[in-house]
Amino acid sequence: MLRKKECVAMLLAGGQGSRLYALTSNIAKPAVSFGAKYRIIDFPLSNCINSGIDTVGVLTQYQPLVLNEYVGNGQPWDLDRTFGGVHILSPYEAKKDTSWYKGTANAIYQNIRFMKMYDPEYVLILSGDHIYKMDYDKMLAAHKESKADCTIACMKVPMKEASRFGILNTNPDGTIYEFEEKPKQPKSDLASMGIYIFTASKLFKYLEADEADPNSDKDFGKNILPAMLNAGEKMYSYRFEGYWKDVGTISSLWEANMDLLGVIPNFELSDRDRVIHSRSPLAPPAFVEGEVVNSIVATGGEIEGKVVNSVIGTNCVIEKGAEVIDSVLMGNITVKAGAKINYSIIDEEVTVGEKAVIGAEKEEALKVESKTSGITVLGRGITVSKNGKVPAGEIVDKNV
Amino acid sequence: MATTVGVIFSSINEEDIPELTKVRSTGSVPYGGRYRLVDFALSNMVNSGITTVGMITKNNYQSLMDHLGSGKYWDLARKEGGLILLPPYSDETETLYKNRLEALKGATAFLKKAKEDFVVLADSDAVYKLDYSKVIEAHIKNNADITMVYHEHEIQKSHYYLTFETDSNDKITDIQINPTFGGVKKNYINVMVARTSFLLRLIQDAIQHGYTSFGKDILSPGVKTYNLYAYKFDGYYANINSLNSYFKANMDLLNKKVRQEIFGDRDVYTKVNDSAPAKFADTAIVKNSLVSDGCIIEGTVENCVLFRGVKIGKGAVVKNCILMTDNIVGENCNLSYVVSDKNSVIRDNRVLAGCEVQPYFINKGTLL
Repeated sequence: MLRKKECVAMLLAGGQGSRLYALTSNIAKPAVSFGAKYRIIDFPLSNCINSGIDTVGVLTQYQPLVLNEYVGNGQPWDLDRTFGGVHILSPYEAKKDTSWYKGTANAIYQNIRFMKMYDPEYVLILSGDHIYKMDYDKMLAAHKESKADCTIACMKVPMKEASRFGILNTNPDGTIYEFEEKPKQPKSDLASMGIYIFTASKLFKYLEADEADPNSDKDFGKNILPAMLNAGEKMYSYRFEGYWKDVGTISSLWEANMDLLGVIPNFELSDRDRVIHSRSPLAPPAFVEGEVVNSIVATGGEIEGKVVNSVIGTNCVIEKGAEVIDSVLMGNITVKAGAKINYSIIDEEVTVGEKAVIGAEKEEALKVESKTSGITVLGRGITVSKNGKVPAGEIVDKNV
Repeated sequence: MATTVGVIFSSINEEDIPELTKVRSTGSVPYGGRYRLVDFALSNMVNSGITTVGMITKNNYQSLMDHLGSGKYWDLARKEGGLILLPPYSDETETLYKNRLEALKGATAFLKKAKEDFVVLADSDAVYKLDYSKVIEAHIKNNADITMVYHEHEIQKSHYYLTFETDSNDKITDIQINPTFGGVKKNYINVMVARTSFLLRLIQDAIQHGYTSFGKDILSPGVKTYNLYAYKFDGYYANINSLNSYFKANMDLLNKKVRQEIFGDRDVYTKVNDSAPAKFADTAIVKNSLVSDGCIIEGTVENCVLFRGVKIGKGAVVKNCILMTDNIVGENCNLSYVVSDKNSVIRDNRVLAGCEVQPYFINKGTLL
């Protein structure tokens, strides 16, 4: 029997995420911990399954070990399927043309055969570094309704930030007449979210043409989308209203974590209709003895110190007299007695020694000139010795 | 390593805790914030290298099946072996089983099919961490026919228990059923090891002789005819045989030593539910408590075990309570020594109190 999938999702997860510095020295950005128990890739994967898309290719390239292990057979997202499911797609050797993924478009091009196995009508392109909940099925319905060749999800951003994004200039009916990648003088505040639905045949056609062009950067934003626009293909914008955050920088990652706090948070994870699935660890419930205020705490924690305005990941130990304020602790972190952590992001497997001082109070730290806007970052696996000190705004990836 | 198959009795001793087993089998009684009682015996088996487990069920096993699913959370969703549910079997000659021996009869087909040399039998009404492969090692060393695991503690009131005496080589010299003398005894914890073929012979023999009780008709007289050996387990052991012991066993988890023994070292596997991390509001005051994923705490919580998705309203004071999944405690409530089954709602300003030896119990899905 011939079987097919109406829509196949391709998730671009190969980027290095260099603006996350020490947090991505050994792992790909989509595998970075988020919100105490999640990893960034949980969001697009959960959105897929919650939108009825059960065939997802995850394109990896940069430091894929943790990501591959995490995605595994896709069981946590109900993506372990006999037909479809989640597949890790790394660059591979071919008879001729062995190469790394050279750009987003080239990465998808190299996996045309994967997509064709499912004979899809539509292909959904996603990136692995955004925090949001979205029903792709609604976007697909809009794509079909408008008989578009390509539909690009977009949302309003503050005008002063618009030059950081791909900007869509649209007609009142939602069709796109111009696409500008990171324009210096943006004409609109409609930013592309890096989420595209293509009619599959058109996508394959333009990917093949782009691949043949030696001058192309092999990039969706720079090459594929403008080429389609120039050729007069029907391109529509799809307005998304809701929470969406690019967590490509230290400060945006910190902010997105903080957006989870509060009884009515900026970004709600506890609604049960659209659950964000994750490879939940097997730890027992968190034991709380100390003072925990306006914070979220994942399982396995042993919290005997003080935690204020913070996100505490799985299996964190915060000893008596220790303080964690305005910070993000990722997982398996031990904060020894009397240590103080302020306005910081601490990666997994870190030990902070007794009476060590990490960062400075937020108001003070914000005055510090640094590439992290004053946020202190401790990289994966390091140990800060007893009485050790890491000043505000520093990024540390070696023992202190 | 000797190959071993496991058999778990998931519905045994249900009558001990009628409050909690009214709507479920013993094995699926919720415990410790995110677990079910069966998780402990089942995880012990998995952590002992056992990959084929038969789960004997009786009635009300819907919640148990929902919990166990295909067994994937225990790594027991397998082509060969894995988790196999053994629902009650009856035909024109058999009725629903009434005791352990009859339950085992229903498992003979499963045991005959098993290729494993040894079998471990365990109940699902206790919390403990034991490496069954150590018991099998001792079993082989002693050249025993049956090895029975015991824990030394003072006898508590229970509807059925079995104690024994041993010689200096751990050989069992006497078995007593429901002894009337109190004090510290070697209490059988219903964990037994035998060769699979030997157990099958015992069951066959019991059927032919019309025996009804495993303890009375087989083990007790077996002291003289078989090599019965004892294996001492001296770790943390909590048998859940009353609401009171259920309450205490949950509260024991607030003790760091118990927590480390039960959860440290090797994982206790359970069904995974993707709730959001626990949330503590500006107004939260939490002391000496276990707080599960999905909880939202705005009030005061002290000495409590909160299961997934429990909400504590502003101004509420909750002390010494066990609140199961999705309990909602309204604003300004005052609760102490309350055990509340799943999905109950306690309206604003309610004051509810039990006491340490008699916690106040709220049925599943109650609106108070």
